[in-house]
Amino acid sequence: MSVLERDPGDLVQVLDEDGAVVGELPDIGDETIVQMYRDMVLARHFDKRAVSLQRQGRMGTYPPLSGQEAAQIGSAHALGDDDWLFPSYREHGASFVRGIPLDQTLLYWMGHEAGNKVPDDVNVFPVAVPIATQTLHATGAAWAASLKGDTDTAMLCYFGDGATSEGDFHEALNFAGVFDTPSVFFCNNNQWAISVPREHQTASETIAQKATAYGFEGVQVDGMDPLAVYKVTREALEKATAAAPPDSGRRPTLIEAVQYRFGAHTTADDPSVYRDAEEVERWQAKDPIPRLESFCRDRGLLDDESIEAIDTDVTDRVAEAIESAESVARPLPEALFESVYETMPDRHHDQLAEIEALRAEHGDEVFFE
Amino acid sequence: MSTQETTGQTQSLTLVQAVRDGLYTEMSADEDVIVMGEDVGKNGGVFRATEGLWEQFGDDRVIDTPLAESGIVGTAVGMAAYGLKPVPEIQFSGFMYPAFDQIVSHVARLRNRSRGRFTCPMVIRAPYGGGIRAPEHHSESKEAFYAHEAGLKVVMPSTPYDTKGLLISAIRDPDPVIFLEPKLIYRAFRGDVPEDEYTVPIGEATTRREGSDVSVFTYGAMTRPTMEAVEELAEEGIDAEMIDLRTVSPLDREAIVESFKKTGRAVVVNEAPKTGSLAGEITAIIQEEALLYQEAPVNRVSGFDVPYPLYALEDYYLPNAARITKAITETVEF
Ligand SMILES: Cc1ncc(C[n+]2csc(CCOP(=O)(O)OP(=O)(O)O)c2C)c(N)n1
Ligand SMILES: [Mg+2]
Repeated sequence: MSVLERDPGDLVQVLDEDGAVVGELPDIGDETIVQMYRDMVLARHFDKRAVSLQRQGRMGTYPPLSGQEAAQIGSAHALGDDDWLFPSYREHGASFVRGIPLDQTLLYWMGHEAGNKVPDDVNVFPVAVPIATQTLHATGAAWAASLKGDTDTAMLCYFGDGATSEGDFHEALNFAGVFDTPSVFFCNNNQWAISVPREHQTASETIAQKATAYGFEGVQVDGMDPLAVYKVTREALEKATAAAPPDSGRRPTLIEAVQYRFGAHTTADDPSVYRDAEEVERWQAKDPIPRLESFCRDRGLLDDESIEAIDTDVTDRVAEAIESAESVARPLPEALFESVYETMPDRHHDQLAEIEALRAEHGDEVFFE
Repeated sequence: MSTQETTGQTQSLTLVQAVRDGLYTEMSADEDVIVMGEDVGKNGGVFRATEGLWEQFGDDRVIDTPLAESGIVGTAVGMAAYGLKPVPEIQFSGFMYPAFDQIVSHVARLRNRSRGRFTCPMVIRAPYGGGIRAPEHHSESKEAFYAHEAGLKVVMPSTPYDTKGLLISAIRDPDPVIFLEPKLIYRAFRGDVPEDEYTVPIGEATTRREGSDVSVFTYGAMTRPTMEAVEELAEEGIDAEMIDLRTVSPLDREAIVESFKKTGRAVVVNEAPKTGSLAGEITAIIQEEALLYQEAPVNRVSGFDVPYPLYALEDYYLPNAARITKAITETVEF
């Protein structure tokens, strides 16, 4: 029986808080599990460095992901080569797994347009800051894949618990249900939408159950258990693609990954105003990284030595990414007008000339003093 | 109307504190006034514009809503029609768009459509504008969308004093007001603000500097680089008059025309993208009402016609004192 066929309130778990196996393991190779561990450590370390860059004035406002690694890394690893990813703004870890270089993510938060350019061979949509808007894009792309007969392609879309209050979310799920789109809606329920708690966001007992109203399955998974996340995401993707059993057809799924944001909403936020330290501690006991570490140690996949090697490697890679991002020069004024239209209209040439005249006359300082 | 005692005192407040003080003053005076929005309660708003109001007035008057702008504004329409005076906050003006249908189709038109039977006295507050190194979609200046819509008034203050006085006027106004707050200068400086209630009338510009050579029209956060430019030019012998419009809908046509008739030259400064912005409207007013006084083309110093850039480029995007100075000089020397 599919792990998706269950009550939406019946939480899927594979590892308990100590990393002991309490559910059926997903069909996954050891190498992938170790890679997931490595990616989670990398995401955590990246996050720590990014927050400190912001504190030092080397980067603008940044939304931290710490605590949410399992949901991101577990689900991104479940994706197949032809699947697409539609992120919101906090999924730096998942984007990295799918091929967005770390320095690119840093550049975006450092305010460079170049940070928004997704590499050509990567099927990840640009960051979506306006809440829930990307859910419709994901449905549309999935719908197109289905209309074009691309049976191997499904769309994974991330959004938060707060996003489920926006109209766009409901329209996206409704269309998906009506048109049987190959969609996996993945809610990163981190318990908070800035200062507003999950209970205040919806009177539904679970977010997963909202799928019932749209005519498809919703499943709650322990979002701090990377193996459980991998498992439900994989099954949902299979259901969405031709890999699904022929009788069930391609159908969407809503996954609610129950998790917690350890840090602030963004570096501009002070969570001590609205939540207790005790609550944070309670959730820290579920930290996905030590959980997977102890599972891997028990299975002989990791030991002190390999963990240290991973730590060193991750530290180096993040340091390199920072160096690379910081070595990018401030963009030139013409970047303002690039890619607005396919061809730059006359008025853009005029406006660029206005900036260039001022630079020629006074130097760049007049803009940046 | 007010139940508050008058103190005759003034406080030295930042602009964002003046927002809070205006809300506090009206909420104290009129229990129908309620604040609603994302993170406005316990968190006191992401810019702290509603700080302490939840503690003071409680859950029923300072309401943390689910994350849904159409929900916020759409329910506020019903609330207003029923007799409350909602003051919804939209966290950033860049996130007004889910509510755009409600604003355009209902907030602006309820009075008209119901032939006066139902009205929509509400104030939709939102911080607007660039210059704070904010993430994508957090820096736009799209007042023209709302000024384009009959039935709405659009207010954009630039000082703490005006902010409180205009906000109180807006809350007391029988019609809906879009109240756009210049977040770049939320905390840039302080100004004296009376503790008591007072109003600054909607639709009235004010002269920040009198002059005879050229009229410079601006509003909101752009008043700062404009004043810098105007003062610098005064030292060089160019005597510019600077008008802070304060309300962009309805525009104070009389003030615009009167100043222009005196100087015969005009520069308009705003940070919205040039095409379709209020600068064009101001130019048209001059053409319609003072053509024969005109001695130079009206010069528009605006944002460029591009999506607001990520912050590494925003200093090129935003009008600055050098650009404004150049435009004023060209206009005077024409
Ligand atoms: C349409 C829209 N409204 C408001 C905001 C401001 N905002 C940014 S993040 C956020 C909370 C989002 O909460 P949630 O969906 O739970 O995602 P999380 O940040 O917790 O990952 C808000 C209100 C926005 N970005 N877009
Ligand atoms: Mg959340």
